[in-house]
Amino acid sequence: MGPERIRGIIYEVLMKVDEKLVRRIAHLARIKVSDSDVQHLEGELTSILGFVELLSEVDTDNVEPMTSAVDREMFERKDVVTDGGYPDDIVKNAPERDDHYFMVPKVVE
Amino acid sequence: MSELTDLTIATARKGLAKGDFSAVELCEAHIEATDAANDALNTFIVTTFELAVKRAAQSDKRIKSGDAGVLEGIPLGIKDLFCTKDVQTTAGSHILDKFTPVYESTITKNLFDDGAVMIGKLNLDEFAMGSSNETSYFGNCINPWKRKADDAHLVPGGSSGGSASSVAARLVMGATATDTGGSIRQPAAFTGTVGMKPTYGRCSRWGVVAFASSLDQAGPITRTVEDAAIMLKSMASYDAKDTTSVDLPVPDYEKKLRDGVKGMKVGIPKEYRVEGMPDEIEQLWQKGIDWLKSEGAEIIDVSLPHTKYALPAYYIVAPAEASSNLARYDGVRYGLRAEGDDILNMYENTRAQGFGAEVKRRIMIGTYVLSAGYYDAYYLKAQKVRTLIKRDFDEAYKKVDVLLTPTTPGPAFAPGEKGGDDPVEMYLNDIFTVTANMAGLPGISVPSGLSLEGTPLGLQLIGKPFDEAGLLRVAQTLEDAAGLLPTPDKWWV
Repeated sequence: MGPERIRGIIYEVLMKVDEKLVRRIAHLARIKVSDSDVQHLEGELTSILGFVELLSEVDTDNVEPMTSAVDREMFERKDVVTDGGYPDDIVKNAPERDDHYFMVPKVVE
Repeated sequence: MSELTDLTIATARKGLAKGDFSAVELCEAHIEATDAANDALNTFIVTTFELAVKRAAQSDKRIKSGDAGVLEGIPLGIKDLFCTKDVQTTAGSHILDKFTPVYESTITKNLFDDGAVMIGKLNLDEFAMGSSNETSYFGNCINPWKRKADDAHLVPGGSSGGSASSVAARLVMGATATDTGGSIRQPAAFTGTVGMKPTYGRCSRWGVVAFASSLDQAGPITRTVEDAAIMLKSMASYDAKDTTSVDLPVPDYEKKLRDGVKGMKVGIPKEYRVEGMPDEIEQLWQKGIDWLKSEGAEIIDVSLPHTKYALPAYYIVAPAEASSNLARYDGVRYGLRAEGDDILNMYENTRAQGFGAEVKRRIMIGTYVLSAGYYDAYYLKAQKVRTLIKRDFDEAYKKVDVLLTPTTPGPAFAPGEKGGDDPVEMYLNDIFTVTANMAGLPGISVPSGLSLEGTPLGLQLIGKPFDEAGLLRVAQTLEDAAGLLPTPDKWWV
């Protein structure tokens, strides 16, 4: 994707940080937002996305994305069980539990 | 003898070995100092005094029997981002309400195995997201320093504000901290302490609450460079439980600390001379250059052309990784749960109540830049820019051994002074520190003087990957030239 196209997308976005987009992102992020939150967030998200738009002027054609900050060989481990066997500890901090189960509101009718 | 709380880790270790005082006495002196300060400074989220005295007593036994570890009996504070077994761990967030880990982070285990004594868990910006310690659910943490002209409180910087303030106020001898975009070095600069972010992979991230996994790195905050060397040696280790931990031997960082900088090449990156930089920062930088030059270092101008893109790229990469890491807080397995009619409602209500405004903002930015159709334009683009930033450093390190820059664009400010209307204003605090995170490089902030307002300023050194030893050596030279800063007045007593 060339810089022009990226600039285009970002421009579209800046034009579109509106109530609808804020609510869509909030839903994707599973965060409930109030009407007054939405108003704030519109301005704040616009400001942040405007700030990062600076990147569109960098030519990144033929540049590989960074996958690791430090040059090193990928570490491989043996595919064996090395841990586990303490269900009491696993559920210890759960806000609601029953025996070794996490309890949640009903998901299937 | 001076007060026990004024000792450095290095001197306290000698005193303990000689029997000048006991670990329990040393511990109690710090408990007393903490007790007197915490209402005013709010540096601790929880104190663990009883546990501390118990551990100090065990240290005394080991000192007597000749089994003392390298940090035996040394009172430390632990940033409340490190999971500590059976001691609440909050990450400064309401959403980790009542969370008590059943395991110990690798770093705290290393420190405790070496005999360190934990005084308590330290305040921080919520999930380490902030540059002023104003986003903690447990309230603002306050800087022990004040401007000479007025009595206003100042922020300690962030996110490791509690770590920096506690060390500066002499409540603990050293503290653990973490740095994702400058969260060790910036608060160190604001409080007149030494803050070191090691190379990515040097210290294990296992058991440290994750913010942005490709950037997060833990390190020490101390009052001297020597103490930083001592603490880092204990914190660093190879850890199979962290897949990005690097399997390299941990050198003795104290060994070459006083070898000086004669013949070393110090790079001055011209892009760090930013528009609108205050004169006093410019002058401090020049002083640093002069100090190293007079100690025999060769000063070389270098260019890091992609510097100005580091912060915007950071504000894509860090929120993206945060939105993914923080997806785990859903009210099911640990922490807060808010009720809801169905499971989706329960998630949404829990996260709305549990996260603060700054964390929500970053999760939402991250969610957005990773959402369908935008990944290439944002995250991938930012990771490509990161490659270019790293390449700039690789080029520079063909010519120089270390880089010298200011740590921050200005001194500590007052709570509420920055970022109220526009979050980006606060983000600009990390402009000089964030590059080292983007490239995975080690960096250290050394207290180097006072601002016109009478508050601390720091100079930053950025080193080659895994050359913490070389970095500390230059830092020691800077510290020797600058001299130790005065102790802040104990206005809270």
